[in-house]
Amino acid sequence: MARISAGVATSHVPLLGRIIDINQTDSDEWRPVFSGYDFTRRWIAEQKPDVVILVYNDHATAFDMKIIPTFAIGCGPEFQPADEGFGARPVPTVQGAPDLASHIAQSVIQQDFDLTIVNEMDVDHGLTVPLSLMFGQPQAWPCKVIPLAVNVVLYPGPSGQRCLNLGRAIRQAVESFDADLNVQIWGTGGLSHQLLGERAGLINQQWDLAFMDKLKDDYAQLASIPQSEYIRESGTEGCEMVMWLVMRGALNARVEEIHRHYHVPVSNTALGHLVYENRD
Amino acid sequence: MSSQQPYQDIPGTTVFDSSQARKGYHLNQFCMSLMKAQNRQAFKADEAGYLAHWPMSDEQRQAVLDRDYTRMIALGGNIYYLVKISATDGLSVAAAVSSMTDMSSEEYLQMMKNGGRPVTGNRYIQEKK
Repeated sequence: MARISAGVATSHVPLLGRIIDINQTDSDEWRPVFSGYDFTRRWIAEQKPDVVILVYNDHATAFDMKIIPTFAIGCGPEFQPADEGFGARPVPTVQGAPDLASHIAQSVIQQDFDLTIVNEMDVDHGLTVPLSLMFGQPQAWPCKVIPLAVNVVLYPGPSGQRCLNLGRAIRQAVESFDADLNVQIWGTGGLSHQLLGERAGLINQQWDLAFMDKLKDDYAQLASIPQSEYIRESGTEGCEMVMWLVMRGALNARVEEIHRHYHVPVSNTALGHLVYENRD
Repeated sequence: MSSQQPYQDIPGTTVFDSSQARKGYHLNQFCMSLMKAQNRQAFKADEAGYLAHWPMSDEQRQAVLDRDYTRMIALGGNIYYLVKISATDGLSVAAAVSSMTDMSSEEYLQMMKNGGRPVTGNRYIQEKK
């Protein structure tokens, strides 16, 4: 049967993709940011996941004001990197995993989560930047990817508890898929940042580090935080952190944190990164 | 404060909720059109003419022409849509974002390098007074 072996959390700041694309990750300015992924790049090369379920948010790319799904799963065979206003990133086409994705959709819908099924969409920096951070600049991505888009742009997004429960439902779905697959789940976005208004540039390191501490064992407490508190404490865009709870919910109650990285700032944002391995 | 809007007392912050989204529908959809290279060219060649094709308010059109991001946010724009305008202008997200603060772009970037804007004193409007 398929199994989820590990979870990865990371910010998905668009500027990181740009710095990778212009080969500046080793510069004095950027080395401290990217060196925090050296461990993970070595680790993931050994882990060789067959499929990554990549939880991210679409930033007015595939979904505009016409259609705004709260949760959407990409079931198509491939997804093109989007032109977000300055040309598409020069990264490989993302290969989907239609069989597993469709199985997850069916299973999760039958567990009372009304996922939107998307067969064709372009994917933006929310999805491609994490791939670049973990895999660098390959000719083709070394695994299949199931995009799972969460609305955190139009208020309200789903609650932390709903995200945690969705993760649990995804785990059940994966474990009932009849194929020997090593699956990882990634939660992306955050940490504290606010991209608008006089309060733009807000960073709350204490909040971010407490969130990273609690995610391992005290995630039930994190799941009770309302979106308005994320906004107040970690900025309007800080609420992206609920996507880390989808990842946490899909893992075992017991996990080991094998890597952590935190850096302020990347552009307007506090960058956070964690790697969890499942333990029995 | 409406129980539906428990974020109304956060200073310097506009939450993109359903009322803002309704107000900004066409402004945001105009921004979406800038995802295509040919539309970016058409917009740059004749900004007012391009904007005239969108059923936006005159106030919204003027805010776009003025690149007044504070005004665009107030009129229902969402930052992820609006940065398609700054991308068309060849500007960084930070440049567009910093224009909404009382700092220059350089001062803003320096603040970020120093650890960002502190949350202390910035949680509640009452604290700011």
